[in-house]
Amino acid sequence: MRAGTLPRLLVGTPNRPATYAEHLATFGPLAPPVDLIGELERAGLTGRGGAAFPTATKARFIREQRGHRKFVVVNAMEGEPASHKDALLLATNPHLVLDGAESLARAVGARDVVVAVARDRTTTVEHLTRALAERPDRGIGLELQTPPGRYVAGEESALVHWLNDNESLPQYRAQRPVVLRLEKHPVLLDNCETVAHVGLIAHYGADWFASVGAPGQPGSALVSVSGAVAHPTVLEVALGTPLTQILAAARAEPAPRAVLLGGYGGTWLAARDLDVAYDLPSLAERGAAPGAGVVVVVGPDSCGIRETQRIVAWMANESARQCGPCAFGLPAIAQDLARLRDGGRDARDARRRLEQRCGVIEGRGACRHPDGVVRMVRTALAAFADDVAEHEAGRPCAGARAGATVASVPRLEHERELVWE
Amino acid sequence: MGVMRHGEFVLRVDPVLCDGFGHCHELAPDLVDIDEWGYPIIRREPTPLADHQALRSARYAVRGCPRQALHIERVEAPRPPARTS
Repeated sequence: MRAGTLPRLLVGTPNRPATYAEHLATFGPLAPPVDLIGELERAGLTGRGGAAFPTATKARFIREQRGHRKFVVVNAMEGEPASHKDALLLATNPHLVLDGAESLARAVGARDVVVAVARDRTTTVEHLTRALAERPDRGIGLELQTPPGRYVAGEESALVHWLNDNESLPQYRAQRPVVLRLEKHPVLLDNCETVAHVGLIAHYGADWFASVGAPGQPGSALVSVSGAVAHPTVLEVALGTPLTQILAAARAEPAPRAVLLGGYGGTWLAARDLDVAYDLPSLAERGAAPGAGVVVVVGPDSCGIRETQRIVAWMANESARQCGPCAFGLPAIAQDLARLRDGGRDARDARRRLEQRCGVIEGRGACRHPDGVVRMVRTALAAFADDVAEHEAGRPCAGARAGATVASVPRLEHERELVWE
Repeated sequence: MGVMRHGEFVLRVDPVLCDGFGHCHELAPDLVDIDEWGYPIIRREPTPLADHQALRSARYAVRGCPRQALHIERVEAPRPPARTS
């Protein structure tokens, strides 16, 4: 593939998975560099699942672990309701992901690769099953696993716990970094998109990889744009692309009030902060991050408090209910937001209580689920300060009356319907 | 008087094990606060090991936890690089 061009990950026909023969014709045979991890480091590849951790550092850490057997787990769980990038990637170039996974396995000394796809994503499961069947054996075991499609089931420790014990519950880790273990063997776990980028680097090298992107964060990224847009889409953009340009490419509402970045545990960016480049260092200056590549646009006729409340209510329901501050705190926050949304006499108290509860909940769960919600709520109060003021003054804002909601939130399930195993 | 100890400690709770009995707050009120749902909010600033009173109450809290969710973690004066397990 030529340097400096896009798309890379999504080359080919979207939603028509490339067969192995087509994959070979596009990307050529796989001959990963001897020092793949060094190459990943030179490429500056960071994880695309949310935390943006340097992929090379993580791979090296697992390579240095002792053990005769290791695993590579590809996390394609994609529990974010607004994210569709991993599904589209696997429906377009599944073999690129598998190339990356096999190269990573070689580099860290693993013999087995597990690809995890949520079981309710039936089309993705079909695409992968077909890809795994037609792929020639290269001495690395490839396996598909289908954990339940819960939000926290894609959290790394919950995913590995499910692979071990069929329970999608996050684990408490007293010290970090921690080596996740599958049947007592070290596990390297990376997001599906990250692994596809590793596949690209294994094919073409670090210099080719960095021929696109920002100096602070080279390469490209998949962005799922939804909300007040013509059609929800997944775009592959060069990192460092202006956010406004991404919004225009997705035919978003021309005058958005705010944008939710990263995911449902991400950050709201107010309209005045949208003139920013989409990459790690630039977004960090605005207190945001690319996260899992989610962009939700909120237009002028929506109420920010209402959108936030719906998301929080869903996130509260998705809690694994293991840790008190998350199990009780998130529903309490959702309730405060509902009071604030409804305006009236309670609104001012609700807002004060909301801020106090956010401070209490933060950092007290086994995983980062509650922290993400707290971050999202705090930035919502700042980005939608106008709405908050209107609601506190007892005037539900125009958006709350109009009744249009943009954030995609799945139907709330009752607790007894939630499946963890 | 015990041996003079250097360094500091923090109490840590395993939030998955914790069921909010609240005994730790009763036994070590200076180190453990409690939230509105009865779950412990543990002081994040390290306490000197030389503070015998605090260390003793921390030990009471660890032993008194019905879920055995608490442990004492020692922090060296200049914090060491994160240990890997």
